[in-house]
Amino acid sequence: MNPTQIGDPSYFHKVVDCQWACPAHTNVPEYIRLIAQGRFTDAYMLNRESNVFPGILGRTCDRPCEPACRRGRIDGKPVAICRLKRVAADHRGEFKDRLPKIPARKNGKRIACIGAGPASLTVANDLMPLGYQVTIFEKNNKPGGLMRTNIPSFRLPASVLDEECQTILDFGVDIRYNSPVTSMRALLQQGYDAIFVGSGAPRGKELDLPGRRETDRIHIGIDWLESIAFGHIDSIGEKVLIIGVGNTAMDCCRSSRRLGAKDIKVMARRPRAYFKASPWELEDAEEEGVEIVINHSPRRFVVENGKLIGMEFERLEWDAKAKNAKVIDTVFLPADDVILAIGQENAFPWFERDLGAQFDKWDAPVVDEKTYMSTREGVFFGGDAAWGPKNIIWAVEHGHQAAISIDNYCHQIPVTDRPPYGMNLVSQKMGLSEWSYHNDYNPSPRQKMTHVDLTERFKKLSIEVELGFSPEQTAREVQRCLNCDVQTVFTAEKCIECDACVDICPLLCLTITRDGAEEDLRQRLSAPALNLTQDLYVSAPLPQTKRLMIKDEDLCVHCGLCAERCPTAAWDMQKFELITPYAGRAACCAQA
Amino acid sequence: MPSIAKPTAIHPSLHRNELGLTIRDYEGSMSTLCAGCGHDSITAAIIRACWEISLAPHMLAKMSGIGCSSKTPTYFVSGAHGFNSAHGRMAAIATGASAANRELTYIGVSGDGDSLSIGLGHMCHAIRRNLKMLYIIENNGVYGLTKGQFSASADVGSKSKKGEPNRMAPIDSVALALSLGATFVARSFSGDKEQLVPILKAALSHRGFALVDVVSPCVTFNDHAGSTKSYLYTRNNMLKATETDFVPPASEILATIGRNGAVSVAMHDGSVVRFKGVPPDYDPTDREKVLDYLSEHHGKGEVVTGLLYIDESVPDMHELNNTPAQALAKISFEKLCPGSAALDALQEDFR
Repeated sequence: MNPTQIGDPSYFHKVVDCQWACPAHTNVPEYIRLIAQGRFTDAYMLNRESNVFPGILGRTCDRPCEPACRRGRIDGKPVAICRLKRVAADHRGEFKDRLPKIPARKNGKRIACIGAGPASLTVANDLMPLGYQVTIFEKNNKPGGLMRTNIPSFRLPASVLDEECQTILDFGVDIRYNSPVTSMRALLQQGYDAIFVGSGAPRGKELDLPGRRETDRIHIGIDWLESIAFGHIDSIGEKVLIIGVGNTAMDCCRSSRRLGAKDIKVMARRPRAYFKASPWELEDAEEEGVEIVINHSPRRFVVENGKLIGMEFERLEWDAKAKNAKVIDTVFLPADDVILAIGQENAFPWFERDLGAQFDKWDAPVVDEKTYMSTREGVFFGGDAAWGPKNIIWAVEHGHQAAISIDNYCHQIPVTDRPPYGMNLVSQKMGLSEWSYHNDYNPSPRQKMTHVDLTERFKKLSIEVELGFSPEQTAREVQRCLNCDVQTVFTAEKCIECDACVDICPLLCLTITRDGAEEDLRQRLSAPALNLTQDLYVSAPLPQTKRLMIKDEDLCVHCGLCAERCPTAAWDMQKFELITPYAGRAACCAQA
Repeated sequence: MPSIAKPTAIHPSLHRNELGLTIRDYEGSMSTLCAGCGHDSITAAIIRACWEISLAPHMLAKMSGIGCSSKTPTYFVSGAHGFNSAHGRMAAIATGASAANRELTYIGVSGDGDSLSIGLGHMCHAIRRNLKMLYIIENNGVYGLTKGQFSASADVGSKSKKGEPNRMAPIDSVALALSLGATFVARSFSGDKEQLVPILKAALSHRGFALVDVVSPCVTFNDHAGSTKSYLYTRNNMLKATETDFVPPASEILATIGRNGAVSVAMHDGSVVRFKGVPPDYDPTDREKVLDYLSEHHGKGEVVTGLLYIDESVPDMHELNNTPAQALAKISFEKLCPGSAALDALQEDFR
C-alpha cells in the first residue's frame, strides 16, 4: 500500500468520526474538552461557529454524530454528544461581544431569503458580517420555521428558540413577518442580487383511504403540530391513532398525551427494526405510555353518521427482510382522532414554472448538490426546500454552503469554485509522559438524561421534559470522549522497530509487517481490521527492515501509550483541527 | 514511566483460550523500564506464550533476581506467584521453590549481569540439576541499571556509548549451557516474536531446564553504532539456524518426519516441537555438532538464533532425586514429619 497522505485534511478528519458524520463538521472533541474545563461560553461559541444553533440542536438534533462515535464501538454506547452541546448552551455566559461585527457600511448587495427557518437564518448569519443586506420573508409572525411549528415546546422551549433566532436577526436582518411569498416572479422583479429559498417541506403527506373526507377529526401531523404551536388547538379526543412511526409521529403522540388523550396508539406497517423514528424518541414516547403497534397497515377510516369512530387495519406478516407481507386478517381499532404522520414534502405553488428554474418529474426543484444553485442563476435552495425533509443540522450546512455560493455569485466568481478545507496539526507533548489532553481512558457508562416526573410533565404543554445533565453527570460524560482529534502521528524515519508501541496498544491497533494489498493486510494485523469504513494508516517503509507500520484506526482510544512508549518519538500525539471555510472566510492552512 | 494505566477497554475480536481468558488477562502492571526497552517485548512474548498454552495464572511462579530484566516479572501475569530474590540468587531460590512445589510452572527472568556475573555459579548448578523451569536471560551486554558498563556478555570490540571498545572476552551463555549439559538451549531476539513465542512455548513444556537467551537491546545505553547488541546490529547479523513450530498435546499430529528431513521432537508432556527449517549439516539433537556450528558462525560475527539444542531424554531434578509426585504442601504432616523415632531410625541407617 502507498503511505497515507496525512497532509490531506480529509484523512484525519475521517478519524474524528463524530466530526466527519456531522453535516456541519462541528468540532465535537474540542468543545467537549472546553466543557470539561468549565469553559461553557467558549464551548458554545465553538459550536455556534459550525452549527449556529447550539441550544436548539442540543435538544433536537438528529445526532448523526452519535451512531458514528468511536466510543460506541468500544463499550456499546456513544458519548452523549448532543446532550453535552445542551450543557454548553445552558451554562454559557454573555457571548454577544464575541459575535462578528456587522459593518455599518454595506457592500451594496441585497439578498432575499424565503422562510425564516434554520437554512435562511444560517445564510443571514454568514452573509450579514460581510456587509450584505439580507431580507427574510416569513409567513408566520415568529422566526424559526419548522423548528417552531413542528417541534413541540416540551422538547424545545420557545425561549431557547427565540433567543438563538434573535441573535441572528439582531445582526440587522430585515425580517418581514406575516409575509408569505406568493409569487416568485414578483420577488425576482424586486431586484435582489440573489434569492435563497429556505421554505422547508411544509406539506404533510395525505392518506387517501375511504372515509378520509367524511370527518374533520383526521389531522395532518405537521399542520396539527403547527396549530398547537400557535395556540389554535388545545384539546384532542380520548382515543388517538397516529399513523406512521417517524419522529413527527413521536411528537404527535406525545403532544396528544398533553392535550388530554388517554389511549394513544402509534400504528406502524413494518417491524420495529424498520422504524424511521430515532431510538431515543421512541423510548421517550413509550415512557409516556404511548403504545406502538407494529405490522398494521391502514385500510379505511370508519365513519358512522358523520362521526369518526375508528380505523380498520390489515394485520401483516412480513418475510425475513420485511420486503413482502401477507395479510393475516383485518382488525378494527376505535379512535376519536387520527393523526397522519407519514411524511412531508417540499412544495412550491408560488414558484412560477416559467422562470428558468427546472423542476423534476416529482415537481421538486433541480438543485446542484455542491453549489445549491437552481438551474436559474442567482436562485439558491437549501434546507428541506432543496431535497425534501432532512433535519436541522443539514439545513444549517446547506445554509453555510449556499452562503459561500451567494458570496461567489455576487462577486462574479464561479459558484463551482469551492474553498478548500484547511487543517492544523499540533503536538500535544508537554513533557515526559505529559500531554495537554486527558489521555486516561475512563470506563464510565453513558449518563442517562433525567426527565421531569411523569405526573408533573403533563400539567402544561410547555414543560420541558429533559432536565439537562447535572454537574456530576456532565463531569462523567465529558471523560467518556476519546479525544479522537488528538491524532497518532507517525514518522517512519525515526522508528527503530523495537515493538514497544505494538506491545502496549490496548486495542491491538498497531502492527509492523511486510507490505501487501489492503485486503491481505487487513487480515494479518494484530487484530483483523474488519471495519472497512475505517482506514488503515500506512507508514513509509521502516528504516531497518523496510516493513511497514500499520495502524487500524477503527478502535484506537487515543490513550497516547504508543507515543509514551516510543523511545524515538516516532509516534506523537498531535491535535488535528479542521479549518472549515465559510463565506468570505477562506480556511488559512498551516500545513503539517 | 507511562502516565496512565493501560486502558481497560478490550478489542471485541479478542479470543479466549481454553481457560476462558483473553490475552489481556495475562498482563501485569505497567512497565517502568525505558521506553523502547527490548525487555518489554520479551514480556509481551511471555504473555502471548502463557496465554496460548492456556497456563493457569495461579499455577505459575515468576522468579527473578536484580536488574532491569529482573523487574519484568511484575509486568506479566499479575495473577501468578512471584519471588524477587537477591542479586544472582534466582536460580537457587527457584531450585528451592521447585523442590517444595513441583506442580507449579517456573519462569525465571534474569539478565546477563544477574546470570553471567554474580549469579553464574547458581545458574550452572541449576543447569546441572536439570531443574524444570524456563530460564530467560534478557541479554543486552550492559549493566543498564548502573548506567551502561559492559557486562560479561559484551563482545570483544563492541563499543560503549562513549566509544570505548570492550576488551574482555564474553561469556556466551548458550555455549556455556551446552558445555554444562543443558537439555534445552535457545537464542532469540526481542524484536522477533514470530521466532520467540514458539520457543517459549516449547521451553515451557520441556522436561527439564530450558535456557532461552534473548538478545534484548538496551535502548538507552547500548543501541548505538558500534554496539553488537543494538537493534540494527542484531537485525543485520541474525542467522536463524532453526525454525520451530510448537504443537500442543491436544492437537492431532499427522507426521513426525517433515519434508526436507526436518526433525520433530516429542516433548515429555505429549506436545511436539517441529523443526521446519534446519541447515543440512545441522542436528539440534547432536550437542557436538551444535557447538561446532555455533563457534563457526560466531567467528563470522553472526548471531545464531533459534531453538539450537534439545534433549528430552534426561530426567529432571525431581526424577533424579525420586521425590514425591505432588507438592509438599499436599502431603500430610504426619508423612512429612514422621517424628523423632523415624529420624532416629534413619540416622541409625547411616551409622
